[in-house]
Amino acid sequence: MKLVIVLVLLVVGTVAFHFISPWWFTPIASNWDMIDTTIDITFYITGFVFVAVNLFMAYTIYRYRYSASRRAHYEPENKKLEIWLTAITAVGVAAMLAPGLVVWADFVNPPEDADVIEVVGQQWQWSFRLPGEDGILGTVDARYIGPDNPFGMNPTDADGLDDVLVSSNELHLPLDRPVKVLLRSKDVLHDFAVPQFRVKMDLVPGLVSFLWFTPTRTGKFDILCMELCGIAHYTMRGYVVVDEQADYDAWLSQQATWSDMQGLAAGDPTQGKGLYAVCGSCHGQDGQGNAAMNAPRLAGLPAWYIERQIDYYKKGIRGAHEEDTYGKQMAPMANMLADTAAIRNVTAYIDTLDAQPAQSTISGNSARGAAHYNTCGACHGAEAQGNYALNAPRLAGQDDWYLKRQLGNFRQGIRGAHKSDVFGHQMVLMARTLQDEQAVNDLLAYLNSL
Amino acid sequence: MEHVAIADQIDELHDPDTFITKYIWSQDHKVIAIQYGLTAIFVGLVALALSGLMRLQLGFPDTFDFIDPSSYLQFVTMHGMIMVIYLLTALLLGGFGNYLIPLMIGARDMVFPYLNMLSYWTYLLAVIVLLASFFVPGGPTGAGWTLYPPQAILAGTPGYDWGIILMLASLAIFIVAFTMGGLNYVTTVLQARTRGMTLMRMPLTIWGIFTATVLGLLAFPALLVSAIMMMLDKLLGTSFFMPAIVSLGETLDHSGGSPVLFQHLFWFFGHPEVYIVALPAFGMVSDVLATHARKNIFGYRMMVWAIVAIGGLSFVVWAHHMYVSAMNPAFGFFFATTTLIIAIPTAIKVYNWVLTLWRGNIHLTVPMLFAIGFIFTFTHGGLTGLFLGNVVIDLPLSDTYFVVAHFHMVMGVSPVMVLFAAIYHWYPLMTGKMLHTGLGKIHFWFTFLGTYAIYLPMHYLGFLGVPRRYFAMGSTDFIPESAQSLNASITVSALIVGASQLIFIFNIFWSLRNGEKAGHNPWQATSLEWQTPNVPPKHGNWGPTLPQVHRWAYDYSVPGVEADFIPQNVSTDEVAATADETPGAQI
Repeated sequence: MKLVIVLVLLVVGTVAFHFISPWWFTPIASNWDMIDTTIDITFYITGFVFVAVNLFMAYTIYRYRYSASRRAHYEPENKKLEIWLTAITAVGVAAMLAPGLVVWADFVNPPEDADVIEVVGQQWQWSFRLPGEDGILGTVDARYIGPDNPFGMNPTDADGLDDVLVSSNELHLPLDRPVKVLLRSKDVLHDFAVPQFRVKMDLVPGLVSFLWFTPTRTGKFDILCMELCGIAHYTMRGYVVVDEQADYDAWLSQQATWSDMQGLAAGDPTQGKGLYAVCGSCHGQDGQGNAAMNAPRLAGLPAWYIERQIDYYKKGIRGAHEEDTYGKQMAPMANMLADTAAIRNVTAYIDTLDAQPAQSTISGNSARGAAHYNTCGACHGAEAQGNYALNAPRLAGQDDWYLKRQLGNFRQGIRGAHKSDVFGHQMVLMARTLQDEQAVNDLLAYLNSL
Repeated sequence: MEHVAIADQIDELHDPDTFITKYIWSQDHKVIAIQYGLTAIFVGLVALALSGLMRLQLGFPDTFDFIDPSSYLQFVTMHGMIMVIYLLTALLLGGFGNYLIPLMIGARDMVFPYLNMLSYWTYLLAVIVLLASFFVPGGPTGAGWTLYPPQAILAGTPGYDWGIILMLASLAIFIVAFTMGGLNYVTTVLQARTRGMTLMRMPLTIWGIFTATVLGLLAFPALLVSAIMMMLDKLLGTSFFMPAIVSLGETLDHSGGSPVLFQHLFWFFGHPEVYIVALPAFGMVSDVLATHARKNIFGYRMMVWAIVAIGGLSFVVWAHHMYVSAMNPAFGFFFATTTLIIAIPTAIKVYNWVLTLWRGNIHLTVPMLFAIGFIFTFTHGGLTGLFLGNVVIDLPLSDTYFVVAHFHMVMGVSPVMVLFAAIYHWYPLMTGKMLHTGLGKIHFWFTFLGTYAIYLPMHYLGFLGVPRRYFAMGSTDFIPESAQSLNASITVSALIVGASQLIFIFNIFWSLRNGEKAGHNPWQATSLEWQTPNVPPKHGNWGPTLPQVHRWAYDYSVPGVEADFIPQNVSTDEVAATADETPGAQI
């Protein structure tokens, strides 16, 4: 009897949960509302079967519960009933399958006039490539990938010269234009998924896959990697920003092409030396850092990393958070560097500095720290030497007090939470794997030992 | 030893006379079954503990220092692989298959007892190699239970160095063990049935186990070759699954391989694997339902053909796991169609279980509670399969918690409900003691309601778009804060369900000593395993003479007969002669 009541309550409760639950699909932002319709049809049919079968079962258990005075009915088969049930089930299945196949036919045939763009995945970042003015994506190959050619562009292919290369986790798309997204991976499987667009597809190294959609409202939408791709899988995020045409054009005009990237002048350390004088007053003339001034060591940090941080300070992506006391001091300093050339000159100069490794100021259990570092090492390298390909700076030799403050800032979202700090997001998530001060100290003790 | 499984003379059986030959190096299918069962339950408890750890992280992120992204992925991977292969497959086929096949078809043992013994010890070796991976540098693999290359064997994935090698080796050893057992089960069913036991008189349990074993023999080789090929890629630098790759900034030597090829091989095994687990469960639950409802299984022939049809279809649906894998998208049409077609025989099974209850005389015993619980959870899990099988609906839901919730309902909770039903049902035969009913009912309610409290809300995380295999969700624009409270409540339910299994473990051991004596055929069942001269059955099962079968396994409440069941080995003449005797009297 208890069982009968529970079964009825479960059926009623399930239906109620379905209708009351605030957890449901995020509002759609693409042309694929037919997918939502197919889901609705499936819900009606399966919901009916779920309720009917279980309520019938509950009634049966009630009606035919054990009684010493009754005997079960003997009925091995009922051909007619079985055929009817089979036929009705087949009709229900067909009613769900048919719209599904129609929509799928649409999905596998992108419109002829769709814009073509490319999404490139790697552990654990996104980047994007647009075909440029000629409308043709240049050819690429994994064998061409290197520090100066992160997209693996074919150096002999003229079609690639005007390709727009977006080395950031943020992609912009124009509103209401169908887009065919080609998907390519440099290393392992990834999956390009934007829940608001409803569609997703794996990125597979060695082949190019695709999906298509038409963005139907403006906004900023999360890109999530949805195919397990290693330790930092859950930090592989990005954004699709859907813009009105004018905003999109403005964004596009700021992006560098492959030929721009090749033409970028290398920094000049001699000119950088003069500019560095100001920096040196806090960071030390040898870039050794100064704890009293809260200025971290710069020597040994890779040029690309310093360049990005100065750029972030200038744009208010870093050092703009209220509680980032020391970052706020740095922001006006960064503004003294007028342009990219000046930044490159300074970083080129910093690259020539050679200071002693920082002094340790924090003690902890280095063996436990080594276990924590296991996660960090996936990007920052086994020796904490950093890895340009993963946008992970060198940690070895850095001031421990500075690293500790930054880990705290990341954990609290003082650093890395800005929407445009696409690499900082990863550190926000990662810093949270260290639960207390002891864990941080242990980790830093280990880094000091490297 | 030849033909001993189907011979009337037992002098050729060589009864074991030492402790070692009786309980350790035993060739008796019943002892081997229990060895298989206990080992499987032990690793199952390890996997249950791993799921608890994983749920702690998901329910309460940023809380536990000892769970980092690597160990989280290792918990996920090992939990999945152990549950699917080393618990469910081993317990259903190695455990129940071994125990029930000879008894239900009226044989003295498996036709190859020595091979049967080797099968268990090889399985144990596979388990040891698997568990050893917890103790090697870098720990077990964290590649996900699907072990997809390239990431499974590349830096950036936990256990890419040692763990994955031990995992692949363990799988290969397991498959050897399964093949030895499987050939044995198939041959025994085909060759060692007793007089009168035609195929269409076999209980559905045997049909389910037999068909599942055939599936296993055809499907596991695909996993074996893919494990060997991945091992070669890892150790010898071949490129079966490895295209040109720049891994963490470093260009590798591989070129030309296909990661998608692995997925085809894996799922060519992986989908039938679902039915390798499900079909024995379908069979066993049918017999539990019929016995405790005192009614014949409804539509027996349809049920047999449904098992066979599902088994056949299960080989042409594998790529529904790969709709978003970047395989040729045109495959979607074919695989969506075959997948939804498989729903028809599956639905027939559900209807027939419910119609078996209809006009029955339902005893709500503990096995029956679990069997009814199974119908509920399986209906739920089967219906959500219609979402994922329909290729376009898979686009938003694939790789989200909807998938996790679906497959746990359909091949986690449901087979486990049947396993519990089966253990409560057949424990009296195996031990001669009844399990404690009160404890059994508490165990049922915690398990049934608790698992639903875990998995029903989890589907809705999937609708939200929460991805599976995420160490932490962090913040997104589209997932509300409240999703975290849902995750926390799922974790609490999971921990309660996990802890409540201790009641079951306690019951198993407590009843062994203190349980009520079961006596002969306590459920008054018709099938042969309950008609042995001794309880528990002795070596050789049947005494001097093998039983003679006169009828199908479902003669319950036959009109005109006093007793409400007629065992399979009772002839029509005997029914007439004993019509006045007490039901259940030994004939």
